[in-house]
Amino acid sequence: MNKLKVFVVLCLISTFAYAGGYRVSTQSNTQLAMGHTGVAVVNNADILFFNPAGIVHLENKLNISAGGFGVFSDVKYQNQEFGTTFETESETSTPIYLYATYKVSEDFAVGLGVYTPYGSNVTWPTDWAGSHLVNEIDLSAIFIQPTLSYQLFDSVSIGGGPILAIGAVTFNRNASRTLTDEEGVRSNIEIEDSGITAWGWSAGLMFTPDDRFTLGFNYRSLIDINSTEGTATFSNFPNSSLTPSNGETGFTATLPLPAELTIGMSYKWDKLLLAFDYNRTLWSEYNSLDLEFSNGVASINPRNYKDASTWRLGAQYEFTEKLTVRGGYYFDESPVQSGFFAPETPRNDSNNYTFGLSYKVNSKLSIDTSFLFVQFKEINESYDFFSDTGATTTAPFAGTYKSSAFIGGLGITYSM
Amino acid sequence: MKNLNIKFIALFLAGAAVIGCDDEFDNAIEDGGVYTSGEADFSKFVTVGNSLTAGFADNALYLNGQLNSYPNIIAGQMQFAGGGEFNQPLVNDNAGGLLAAGVQILPNRFVLASDGNGTPAGPVVLDATPTTDITNKVTGPLNNFGVPGARVFHLAAPGYGALAGVATGTANPYYARFSSSESSTVIDDAIAANGTFFTLWIGNNDILGYATSGGLGVDNNELNNIDPAAQGDNSITNNNVFAAVYQQLVAGLTANGAKGALVNIPDVTSIPFFTTVPFAPLSPASPTFGPQIPTLNATFAGLNQAFAFLGVPERSITFSQTAASAVVINDESLTDLSAQLTQVLIGGGLDAATATLFGQQFGQARQANATDLLTFTSQTVIGELNAARFAQLTGAGLDAATAGQLSINGVTFPLEDQWVLTQDEQDRITTAQTAYNATIEALAAANGLAYVDVRTELSTVATTGISYNGGVLTSTYASGGAFSLDGVHPTARGYALTANTIIDAINAQYSSTLPKVDIGAYDSIQLSDSAQ
Repeated sequence: MNKLKVFVVLCLISTFAYAGGYRVSTQSNTQLAMGHTGVAVVNNADILFFNPAGIVHLENKLNISAGGFGVFSDVKYQNQEFGTTFETESETSTPIYLYATYKVSEDFAVGLGVYTPYGSNVTWPTDWAGSHLVNEIDLSAIFIQPTLSYQLFDSVSIGGGPILAIGAVTFNRNASRTLTDEEGVRSNIEIEDSGITAWGWSAGLMFTPDDRFTLGFNYRSLIDINSTEGTATFSNFPNSSLTPSNGETGFTATLPLPAELTIGMSYKWDKLLLAFDYNRTLWSEYNSLDLEFSNGVASINPRNYKDASTWRLGAQYEFTEKLTVRGGYYFDESPVQSGFFAPETPRNDSNNYTFGLSYKVNSKLSIDTSFLFVQFKEINESYDFFSDTGATTTAPFAGTYKSSAFIGGLGITYSM
Repeated sequence: MKNLNIKFIALFLAGAAVIGCDDEFDNAIEDGGVYTSGEADFSKFVTVGNSLTAGFADNALYLNGQLNSYPNIIAGQMQFAGGGEFNQPLVNDNAGGLLAAGVQILPNRFVLASDGNGTPAGPVVLDATPTTDITNKVTGPLNNFGVPGARVFHLAAPGYGALAGVATGTANPYYARFSSSESSTVIDDAIAANGTFFTLWIGNNDILGYATSGGLGVDNNELNNIDPAAQGDNSITNNNVFAAVYQQLVAGLTANGAKGALVNIPDVTSIPFFTTVPFAPLSPASPTFGPQIPTLNATFAGLNQAFAFLGVPERSITFSQTAASAVVINDESLTDLSAQLTQVLIGGGLDAATATLFGQQFGQARQANATDLLTFTSQTVIGELNAARFAQLTGAGLDAATAGQLSINGVTFPLEDQWVLTQDEQDRITTAQTAYNATIEALAAANGLAYVDVRTELSTVATTGISYNGGVLTSTYASGGAFSLDGVHPTARGYALTANTIIDAINAQYSSTLPKVDIGAYDSIQLSDSAQ
């Protein structure tokens, strides 16, 4: 048993992200530790995110769960034809969550969730080889979800609620591959907007034919973040009527936070619980990132994402009264198609290994930890849809990428 | 159980600590070993040459031009295969002008201005304050010995870097900034740098000065002048002088066993300086020229009869009402028929004074044809009043109106020699260039050095263009991307192409694997309406 555990840990370590695109699967410590399964796992208040139908199944009257993560990600780029190498200097991002549920009656519960399912922070060295595509991008969205859950039949519960999304974006790139001011400083465009609100919804269904088996289904709707009131700053353009003027202007852009469909099941034998989830994220909504500036400049950036699947497996085992150990794996398919590999979200398919522990301090409070190692293969890819102003041919940006990410999380669950 | 947990967590943390190992490429450039130097040793790279080696562009030497010089680009790539640091005699700023003791002696660089409404206008001199003073000597070790304006014999001329000689024209202001002494030579300074690898690209100015001056100077091959100290300005360097000095340069640079590359001399017809202004630029649509065409043709009719009478009908001058016409030029290679022309015109009934004037003005005149190359600078004078001729004519007693009519450059007053490179002049250049390139190729072969055929590469740019990631590099003025606004020197993008061409030749000769650069990542011309 010990040998096996050592082996498992080493396997986790030998390899290594996130989810595809700019989805960040860190909505629960206990569930991340289990491969971020959960549509059919009723552990604690985190079920509010995974499946609103599940909160009515929580035994306690009041359940609170809160936690956060440190996301340490790194992307390396190199181009062997030209000898260029660059590595991201991204800041550590810290997604968080908070869930609270309250059982009003035996067959009716209410809850509130606050979580951050989408985000991306990629910072390349300023003026790097791909700076005409992105120097830095920082996306974040906070979802606030009031939830109701109702036991419809003995074995079927339903739940759902509206989602208020609050988004923010900062995006910085150079104007082109070569445009500079008279001093040779690269011409640059930065857009910034925050406090963008949009509405969506989540709904779920849970089927519990017996004490051991649970089947879950959840759908979270598309939310379009429409940015119309932000500022775009043009800087270091030369003093010429052939180029845009320096200064601030407005812009409009739409970034879709795609719908996600999840189906999954769990099975319990005594102290062991196994879970399987399948996610389908409807990324095909993300066709193009179009920035229309108020000064007449437009920037059309095809993305052409495809719908992508994630397969998740997780297990938890109650070692002792106090200690629960969890492990999991998921395969995360990237929504980015070949030729559309933009360095702002340089994600290819990944293998993800998770692990975590919960320690019960007392009958009400438990401390949860989770770790995620994301393993990407190195990939030769390109973004083929950029062309210099006035050029008749495109200038693909190609190279080899190698991403890695490690996420560590800490949370608490409280129930009474 | 508690112990087990601690061990378990410890193992986990130890593993997490080595996670860094896993985010590496299988074949990481940063680990080295991806690129090799082959039989060459790039540890100390020394470059010798003229403006092209210095990174000169837009009619000036400015900081970003130097940073994008082909030597600096190549040196950057050599660093992947054992190359060391590369020092250049950098100027202070991006203005481009040079000062001597606080007084500006060379102009700022060109930038491309617009008309203020989004349409490109033309090159203007950048409004900026230059701060590079040649009296502030560059100190510290150098690797780039490119001296703008240098001809082959200048590199071995003592005193070419004497500050005292700059004002009198015996020394070069660019070399004076970094010469090791008042009597040093460029080549001795370069040899003293003791490079393990070098490039030598010299000889361009040995024909270019003659070419850009429209053939004003002499051809030292025709004169058989073999004195390297007396080749004269705007002249063609004697082939034997070229060969003798070039051999001396190569011998000096290879004396320590260094390997290197010799770069040949491109055609003058590859550069926009000679391909931008068409031989027939006079449009009937021009509001100033068009309405004059009937009068002009009537005036020239008498002259054309005289040409026919003298048996030279090919010298006739007519302007088309429907298509662009060729400019009228003064071709020194034509037999001077001034006296005969005057007689015939008098015979035709013209008064003696006018006949004499016409005879004088059109004795060697003809309309240009497709073989004539008009210089880039001729566009500023064509169709304009020639002030000197006007003064001459009014001085001779002509009324201002008539004098003005007879002083229009390229229309009534034949374009002077300095604006046109005729076929004869081009032939002299080609003869010399061919001989230089034969010398360079032979010396490369004899010394086991790489021979870089930039001539073919730039000729391809000029004819079909060269594709790169995101565009096609051509020699079209301003928009072609390869040539800077002076029409002679490459842009950074053009220099990147040059660097790649040299890298190819080095790799082929020495079995090295230096990577090339991404041409599209280098800038072409600078836009700016900040005109001086």
